Amino acid sequence: MAEFFFMGGYAAYVWPVYGLALLVVVGLVGQSLLDYRRQLRLVSELESKAGGRARRAARTHRSDA
Amino acid sequence: MRRAFSAVLMRDLRLATRAGGGGGMAVFFFLIVVTIVPLGIGPDLNLLAMIAPGMLWVGLLLSALLTLDRLFQADFEDGSMDILMMGDLPLEALVAAKAVGHWLTTGLPLVIAAPLLGLLLNLDESAYPPLMLAMLLGSPALSFLGTIGAALTVGVRRGGLLASLLVMPFYIPVLIFGVGAASAATSAMPSGVYGQSLSLLGAVSLVSLVVGPVAAAVALRANLR
Amino acid sequence: MSTLSTSQRLQAFANPTRFMSLSGRILGPMAAVTALLLLSGLYFALLDSPPDYQQGETVRIMYVHVPSAWLAMMGYMIMAGASAIGLIFRHPLADVCAKSAAPIGAAFTFLALVTGSLWGKPMWGTWWVWDARLTSMLILLFLYLGYIALWATIEEPARAARGAAVLALVGALNVPIIHYSVVWWNTLHQPASVFRMGGPTIAASMLTPLMLMALGFTMLFVTLLLVRMRAEILRRRVRGLLLAKADM
Repeated sequence: MAEFFFMGGYAAYVWPVYGLALLVVVGLVGQSLLDYRRQLRLVSELESKAGGRARRAARTHRSDA
Repeated sequence: MRRAFSAVLMRDLRLATRAGGGGGMAVFFFLIVVTIVPLGIGPDLNLLAMIAPGMLWVGLLLSALLTLDRLFQADFEDGSMDILMMGDLPLEALVAAKAVGHWLTTGLPLVIAAPLLGLLLNLDESAYPPLMLAMLLGSPALSFLGTIGAALTVGVRRGGLLASLLVMPFYIPVLIFGVGAASAATSAMPSGVYGQSLSLLGAVSLVSLVVGPVAAAVALRANLR
Repeated sequence: MSTLSTSQRLQAFANPTRFMSLSGRILGPMAAVTALLLLSGLYFALLDSPPDYQQGETVRIMYVHVPSAWLAMMGYMIMAGASAIGLIFRHPLADVCAKSAAPIGAAFTFLALVTGSLWGKPMWGTWWVWDARLTSMLILLFLYLGYIALWATIEEPARAARGAAVLALVGALNVPIIHYSVVWWNTLHQPASVFRMGGPTIAASMLTPLMLMALGFTMLFVTLLLVRMRAEILRRRVRGLLLAKADM
């Protein structure tokens, strides 16, 4: 087990690589999911507040965008 | 069409040379950058001679970037861009005219100033002709590629910095082949490097003559609708 | 029959609403496959593969570095391809795809650079060499960052999309020129190439973790791309709703 973490003397290079990869992947996944949830919440808030008329208006806005 | 092209070009030249046009600014900036270098790295003449071609090219690049916002921003702000776009000159040709104007008022003065600044950096005598030739070949590419960055950021507040960041990566081949031509004359490079770098530089310039106006025209149409 | 169904499926992707329902259905299974691939890849990369006879245990860095570098390039290709489709066919989903691919590609470019540097230190004895591949990768990162910065400065999506598409396409045209110039510059300054990755043949025991990690990373990229595209579509809907509210 200790040998596994020792990495033949290259522990100082191998483990940061895997740590950083984990950090980047977790960061990307976390940020993407948080942003998605936020937009989902905003859409449902706005749609419930405004009702059908605004939804139709929003659709015309989207088509010209 | 040729008359419209030269009319736009002459207008830009007049505007640049007029007071407040900022035409001389780039040369002044070039001088300052080149002066800063020995102050930063020390006055060792051998070292300076070694890095002189590269420093002159980097200075040229930075000075060209500094003036990119002059290309469209002023015309956009006072509304003359809309009038220019309504004329019968195709937008690509309009961009090309602007790029030629930019080169004549920025690139060409910088190339002319470069040998004088080479004296400050102890540039080897044999390097002057190839350096000048390379700069003459390469500097139009800086103006033509620069139109892309300027067109993309037209109407963006403080867009000048963003334009520099966007365009800088596109300048890298010009820098590499340009320095290659000049340093081939001074250091013991394999034979053929000089001709090779000049022809590559010419190729990059020719590509940029087409890519710059076409891409900038698309960007302008998107930004000025 | 089968061509008809694929084109129908493509059309389903073309419509934002249909895209939302379709991507919502496949997202869960895709995330599961990604996790499975990455976990098995990690098992082989760290536990069940031998050290290289020359590079020792540092070869395990390769299993992260090479897939990241591959995704860095694939991401730019996706971005440029989607930009071209968006520019020519004015396809709203293509713009969304290009915009969403950029941050993921930039993150993997960054990862490839840092892992390359961590690999270089024990191999070359220095954190950074101006080798052609590293330099090109760094410039690729600049291209990504410029693209993201342009999206961030222009507020109106339709306008930003066209400008960003121009930038991505000019960038895609320039990437080979830049790469060639950097290689040329590199051979000019150091005739002997420093280091060839992995050598001419990769042992099968190393190929397994490398392929698994590459597949896992690619699946991760696609899954993340779908999530970000969904978020971007919702963001535009929010924008539309807010504009509609302002109109009333």
